[in-house]
Amino acid sequence: MFKGLSRNDWIMLAGFTAFVLLMPIILQPIGAAYPALMQKFCIFGIFAIGFNILFGLTGYLSFGHAAFLGVGSYAAVWSFKLFTMNIIPAIFMSVFFAAIFAVVIGYVSLRRSGIYFSILTLAFAQMCYNLAYSVLTPLTNGETGLQLTLRDPRWIDAMFHEPGAGLPRATLFGLETSGGGLGGFYLCAVALIICFYISMRIFRSPFGMMLRAIKSNQNRMRYTGFDTRPYLLAAFVISGVYAGLAGSLMVATDPLAGAERMQWTASGEVVLMTILGGVGTLIGPVVGAAVIKYFENIFSSFGPDTLHGVFSFLPDTIENALVSFLSLFVGEGWNLTLGVIFVLLVVFMPGGIIEGLRRLWVIFTRRRGGGDAVPAAPHPQPAE
Amino acid sequence: MDAILLQILNGLDKGGAYALIALGLTLVFGTLGVVNFAHGALFMLGAFCAVTFNKLLNLESVVIDPSQTTAWGTPLEVRTPYIEALLGDFGAYLHDYSVPFSILLAIPVMLIIGIVMERGLIRHFYKRPHADQILVTFGLAIVIQEIIKHFFGANPIPQPAPMAFGGTAYVGEIFGMGQTLAYPWWRIIYFLFSLGVIGAVFAFLQFTTYGMVVRAGMRDRETVGLLGIDIERRFTVVFGLASVVAGVAGVMYTPILPPDYHMGMEFLVLSFVVVVVGGMGSLGGAVAAGFLLGILQSFASMNEVKAIIPGIDQIIIYLVAVVILLTLPRGLMGRKGVMED
Repeated sequence: MFKGLSRNDWIMLAGFTAFVLLMPIILQPIGAAYPALMQKFCIFGIFAIGFNILFGLTGYLSFGHAAFLGVGSYAAVWSFKLFTMNIIPAIFMSVFFAAIFAVVIGYVSLRRSGIYFSILTLAFAQMCYNLAYSVLTPLTNGETGLQLTLRDPRWIDAMFHEPGAGLPRATLFGLETSGGGLGGFYLCAVALIICFYISMRIFRSPFGMMLRAIKSNQNRMRYTGFDTRPYLLAAFVISGVYAGLAGSLMVATDPLAGAERMQWTASGEVVLMTILGGVGTLIGPVVGAAVIKYFENIFSSFGPDTLHGVFSFLPDTIENALVSFLSLFVGEGWNLTLGVIFVLLVVFMPGGIIEGLRRLWVIFTRRRGGGDAVPAAPHPQPAE
Repeated sequence: MDAILLQILNGLDKGGAYALIALGLTLVFGTLGVVNFAHGALFMLGAFCAVTFNKLLNLESVVIDPSQTTAWGTPLEVRTPYIEALLGDFGAYLHDYSVPFSILLAIPVMLIIGIVMERGLIRHFYKRPHADQILVTFGLAIVIQEIIKHFFGANPIPQPAPMAFGGTAYVGEIFGMGQTLAYPWWRIIYFLFSLGVIGAVFAFLQFTTYGMVVRAGMRDRETVGLLGIDIERRFTVVFGLASVVAGVAGVMYTPILPPDYHMGMEFLVLSFVVVVVGGMGSLGGAVAAGFLLGILQSFASMNEVKAIIPGIDQIIIYLVAVVILLTLPRGLMGRKGVMED
């Protein structure tokens, strides 16, 4: 198991692990060190890492990944309702159902590529979303969302002890994960580190190389005698499983599931996270997810009053104009900021944050020691 | 029989909207080679042109008339819209017909928006991969819809159809079936309107020199460029045209569906499916698939059908798209060599 990764990779993995586990301390100065937010960093990090295995390596842009997240969430809540509040079976159920969905959807969608693939995945995700809202209401509880109730059987739990008063909390063999404690955060953090490690192994493996070859020239791969479809399907299912895992962790930290998680705007969000961080880079998607969730948290809590407070040193007329302009972007208008970032990013920095940092690094080192030319940017290519 | 006819009618107006949006999408794709995810937002902007126009007409002067009192004994506030005070009967008429008249506002506004969008942003993406185009226009769509949400709020804003067309038409009488088949006038108007617009676009492309050059450019832009024609400028105009088509489609749709800020996204997803079913780059295919899917959708929402396959009305369009994409790789009428992969 220790073969295949270079020394740099191990250093990176160790650094990543240390950072994630120490987040409650490191993030203190920027006010992000409370578990609910750090959980989000980890969960969406997992989601984005998984999406990146498909989009970053193969170039297939899926617009329906949120469906797997939703399926995973529903499966986990049902495991809580039917069997036990322990999260291990819930995670297995989520992953299992997400994988089944991914196999079916992937098998059909991967017959086409390019924009057709995007539309097909979008169509499947919308189907799941619409069905969850309408016919499947007995399974999904429609608009209200699926929640735990006192009447749930919880067969396995009932065998061992009497149900207590009130709704039980999700646990990992006694360690409470829901309810906003650090337990939930460390569960997600460990999951994130494992996912990161697996993604790193995939990136460095011959399998990952194969996926990259598909991205750069699928036809040539076919001419050399490879059937690319099994590789693509494997990548699709792996990324679907990541999304299912993210969904189950969402439920493990907050036991409810709603259909809006499957909406295509949710799929768009994970695309944005991956691109913001850097498509096809290892660490990029996690960075992108964390940055977006962090700023979402800050911006949406801002209101005109806070803005007035910030700019109170200015003359009244300028202050009012500035505040009314800026209030477009904060609070309820957070989505607008997101859209603007999206556009600017794709126009000016298609490589994302990681690519930007790399360029800065190159400029910095060249000035010092007269290094080599700028390395070529890993530019996302369409799947042809 | 009645039920079937009614479902066909039901499908026609929705199909008209799909066809108009899909037509614009296909025009943009065929000329510029750009996958425009912001096209639904243009439809929504058109609808909000109608809302704005109606709001302008509704600006009223409030005069307190002390000689009259309300039932509560307070002085009566007499509200007269400025437009009626200024123009008298014509003003009232204008007010009644605010939705169709807002087309006059929508055309220049949408043309400008379309051209600015193309020159300002989309033109930088001709050579970029399709994934980038999807992403940048997706971001743009979010921006547009959030701006509209900021100014008009999140709730749907109902728009009245003109009084004369507010009622129902007894379509059955035309076919000699008595009064059993009644249908809202405005939806029939919408269907006829969409046919008119589609006809106009096709006539423009087919019978004018300008349209001929555009069609030539769709086939082979390099050769047209070599002949000394500034094809880029024409394509910009085509983008403007597509945005006008989406805009007027939105304007006329407001009495059927009260516009809200995310209506564009809902229509966009469906319209993309329509384009793909019709065949990327085929204008006729887009129109045919639009009406076809509209009618199929309304059939699927019949209770008899829903009793057999529950939930089919929610997914029929996507299901058709999946089946078509897997069996006919080029869609219904796709041209050879356009986005075949």
